[in-house]
Amino acid sequence: MTPGMTATTPNGLRRVVITGAGTVNALARDVKGTLEALREARCGIGALDVRDVERLSIQIGGQVRDWNPDLHFNRQQIVFYDKFTQFTLLAAREAVAQAGLNFDGHLGYESGVVLGTAAGGVNTWDENYRTVYEEGKNRVHPFVVPKLMNNAAASHLSMEFNLRGPVFTVSTACASSNHAMGQAFGMVRQGQCKAVLTGGAESMLCFGGIKAWEGLRVMSRSACRPFSLNRDGMVQGEGAAVFVFEDYEHAARRGADILAEVAGFAMTSDAGDIVMPSQHGAARAMSGALRDASLTPEDVGYINAHGTGTAANDRTECAAVAEVFGAQADRVMISSTKSMHGHLIGGTGAVELLACIMALRDGVIAPTINHEEPDPECALDVVPNVARQARVKAVLSNAFAFGGLNAVLALKSAP
Amino acid sequence: MTQTVKERVIAILAEQAVMDVGDIRQEDTLEDLGLDSLGLVESIFAIEEAFDIAVPFNANAPDASDFDISSVAAIIAAVEGLVAQAKAA
Repeated sequence: MTPGMTATTPNGLRRVVITGAGTVNALARDVKGTLEALREARCGIGALDVRDVERLSIQIGGQVRDWNPDLHFNRQQIVFYDKFTQFTLLAAREAVAQAGLNFDGHLGYESGVVLGTAAGGVNTWDENYRTVYEEGKNRVHPFVVPKLMNNAAASHLSMEFNLRGPVFTVSTACASSNHAMGQAFGMVRQGQCKAVLTGGAESMLCFGGIKAWEGLRVMSRSACRPFSLNRDGMVQGEGAAVFVFEDYEHAARRGADILAEVAGFAMTSDAGDIVMPSQHGAARAMSGALRDASLTPEDVGYINAHGTGTAANDRTECAAVAEVFGAQADRVMISSTKSMHGHLIGGTGAVELLACIMALRDGVIAPTINHEEPDPECALDVVPNVARQARVKAVLSNAFAFGGLNAVLALKSAP
Repeated sequence: MTQTVKERVIAILAEQAVMDVGDIRQEDTLEDLGLDSLGLVESIFAIEEAFDIAVPFNANAPDASDFDISSVAAIIAAVEGLVAQAKAA
């Protein structure tokens, strides 16, 4: 550990750092490619390639194209792995390789997994409902249940990497990953675990998954344009991101490359409406995360917005930022990378944490693309269309879910 | 018994608003009926099912949609137009 760096915070809690990251999403199948796409303002959203797409009124999405599980898994594995599990495993392999951790010995007992997903194995539900309802068959594959269950990905990570401590899945719709990473942070911080694989995944881009979303009439048919006056809704994405959250002292002792420090977390509930967001619920989560991290608004250079591209979210979120940041709201940069990778629902906070790490580590702020017209109700620096170079030492990552559940993480530069 | 488009639309709105059909006036707005955005989305779903039509409505920009929801009369006129279009197609 660097001389002068302490292993604990003033309140006696362990410090937590990120030592590995991995992802699969519409932009790329690794972190390097994803960050490159975010820097270059590339869009991963396009025409959906799913069965019966002609019967969908929404035909675009941030899809992982030409996905071939045979390249990564054997037949015995694939019969148990829904696509959300496949994405998670690939992301975790990248994260663990970067961290350079081996969990075979005692470390495996002191390490765990906390993942977020809103709906788990939707493709498996969809395919098997077709079998029994559409094709009229009276028999489905014997492994349907272990394949579709929401904790399947977390359990398969535990098996692949020998993680024998706390392993579970958190499901809070669009805030799932942030809630999961908040729990992982808490477990390392309290000394319950030395390392936790955390993040989340979603794979809802199939006929039934999209058809369900169409009903709410909040999806765009053309593009995701967060904070732009002409926005007309969200666009779904798919994929996963997994991180290694590690005890700082443990990481420093072994000389690990530290990507960022996880400094604070807060979660609040609106207790108001099942779908409409609340400014105060969002604001309380942001100010709570700042307080937990001992940060002030002045310290924060960048916010990765929830930024779905719906009228309801974007206005409420901007008002909440103004409420928390006051005069600092005009200075802080805030962008929605959903404009590029789509809304990964339960996996979205995890993929978006990559943009936060890029801001802290590389000094590059990912843009909000498709920003065509300023909206007076979103009058913040939304980093329109082009990435920006900037030195930032602390960031927030927002997630505000249906059900009124808000979860915000605060990150700082590596100690 | 054949209901007119007008009668069926009013019946759908009345059910959503938990009102008697007779209490719904042509000039009423959705706000007058106490219908929020979810009530509206559910009403549009019921209208699509009842008339086998697709209503062009995006909840993000209700005012920018091609479907006029400014009053009960406007909704009825819009549905009548869509039903006529569907018949002509």
